[in-house]
Amino acid sequence: MSRTDELLNDPVFLRELVMDHYKYPHNHGLVDKEDILSRHMASDSCIDDITVQTDIQDGVIKDVRFDGIACTISTASTSMMSDLLKGKSLEEAKNIIETYLNMIENKDYDPEKLEEAVAFKNVYKQANRIKCATIGWKAMQEMIEESENKNE
Amino acid sequence: MFDVNEIRKDFPMITNHPDMVYFDNSATTYKPKRVLDAMMEYYTSYNSNIERGDYDTAVRADKAYDHAREAVAGLANCETKEVAFLANVTAALNQVAYGLAKDHLKEGDTVLLSEAEHASNLLPWFYLSRQKGFRIRYIPLDKQANVDLEAFKDCLDDTVRVVSLAYVTNVLGSVQPIKEICRIAHEKNILVCVDGAQAIGHRKVDFKDLDADFFCFSSHKMCGPDGVGVLIGKYHLLQEMDPLLLGGGMNARFYADGTYILKDAPVKFEAGTPNIEGVVGLSSACEYLTDLGMDRINAYEEELRRYFIGKIKDMDQIVLYNPDNLSGPVTFNVKDIFAQDVAGYLASKNIAVRSGNHCAKILHEIIGTDQSVRASLYFYNTKEEIDVFTEALKGLSLESAIDVFI
Repeated sequence: MSRTDELLNDPVFLRELVMDHYKYPHNHGLVDKEDILSRHMASDSCIDDITVQTDIQDGVIKDVRFDGIACTISTASTSMMSDLLKGKSLEEAKNIIETYLNMIENKDYDPEKLEEAVAFKNVYKQANRIKCATIGWKAMQEMIEESENKNE
Repeated sequence: MFDVNEIRKDFPMITNHPDMVYFDNSATTYKPKRVLDAMMEYYTSYNSNIERGDYDTAVRADKAYDHAREAVAGLANCETKEVAFLANVTAALNQVAYGLAKDHLKEGDTVLLSEAEHASNLLPWFYLSRQKGFRIRYIPLDKQANVDLEAFKDCLDDTVRVVSLAYVTNVLGSVQPIKEICRIAHEKNILVCVDGAQAIGHRKVDFKDLDADFFCFSSHKMCGPDGVGVLIGKYHLLQEMDPLLLGGGMNARFYADGTYILKDAPVKFEAGTPNIEGVVGLSSACEYLTDLGMDRINAYEEELRRYFIGKIKDMDQIVLYNPDNLSGPVTFNVKDIFAQDVAGYLASKNIAVRSGNHCAKILHEIIGTDQSVRASLYFYNTKEEIDVFTEALKGLSLESAIDVFI
């Protein structure tokens, strides 16, 4: 087991990671820019209220931003998602999102592809928090679809 | 004396979950066994539709259904003919809003509400105000969502026709001075509708003494089953009001030319086969509460709440929004920890609370936060459970909240 693998299986390290992304979320704060896609995710969850933005150019995710009021799981998972997907092609991004959603649903998945986001591998045990762990990711999934439909 | 340990034995949910601390009673309450038995008896001994069945079990169902109006009238001190059974408090509030908007309110009129109201006492008015062109204004509240009577009087210009308020608000547990509000409103011929969902079953409700025009509540928040609500209204107002739903059971005659004659209130508000099982259960719940004594229930609940507040008000990490209110939930946040993370942590300690905005999405103007944690008590809760809760809170930190799901 490599040092990284060891860390990503260490609950204390994972907790620190989540805490860090919650307290100091990456890619936080929305931007006002032409052509940027945006999703306000507040309709199906009573409590989290976040907006995710993405700038997709020529099939590549140039930027991911988010903001809002949300719990540790939503904030940290969306923050990690923004790190993971920035710079990826739409195909790569779709694959990572699918892998993540498989993990959340307790199906087989390749942890290599998820890097830090494996911190949420046990969320499936708390059915009421699955929505929190997927809210930002679903927003991104929808926007990728929107971008692909636009270019068809 | 109020023997809570004996009372707890009445509730199968408590027997089946002896170690769970259930502090989500503002969302729904547990049901005593006798309520469940009454519903089972309906299905096993006299399952029949009500109204005009010419056989024994149907007559028995009729009697049980009619008896339920007596049980409600006994609990809330109103006339039996003033009691209509609907689906829940939401249905009852929608019925009142619709009925008043249709024939009582016109363009330029004002309906007074408050920012502490539940969605079910706001959205029907929002919708109808757009349809009919009446205005909505909010009665000013203090920081713990209490109506100040002087401020209320100042709201009463000549356009105000209706006031609709919760007796006990569902997030902060403010107990509104409904009796005085009714007296002041009636001097100006203003009608008063009361959302009694968080009051009934917690305190003595005396419809006649309050002199409210309408009083609505749900069965499931007062030891009764889900899916039944009650609209109590002064009889002449119920008679004047058009029903929201039309259909079987509530019409007297109808003709091919499209004309029809409706039955009198309260039956005209009960279109379709009602939730007979639910009404029978509610009937039993009313009797259960009446037997325990509403004054004793209320005194015990207030004692519990004081104990609760005393335990948590000085905890450094707690922001408490309603320490001075006498009734309803204890609503708080834990500094730097999101409400749902607090609830998730408490759940891992087998403590049930609710986080969120509690269907009161405009209340943040008053308390300055969108999200909070609501711990709501009922008369079967104990001081020992409050101790368990307090100990659990002491172990809460951002780290321990995250550890729940790592």
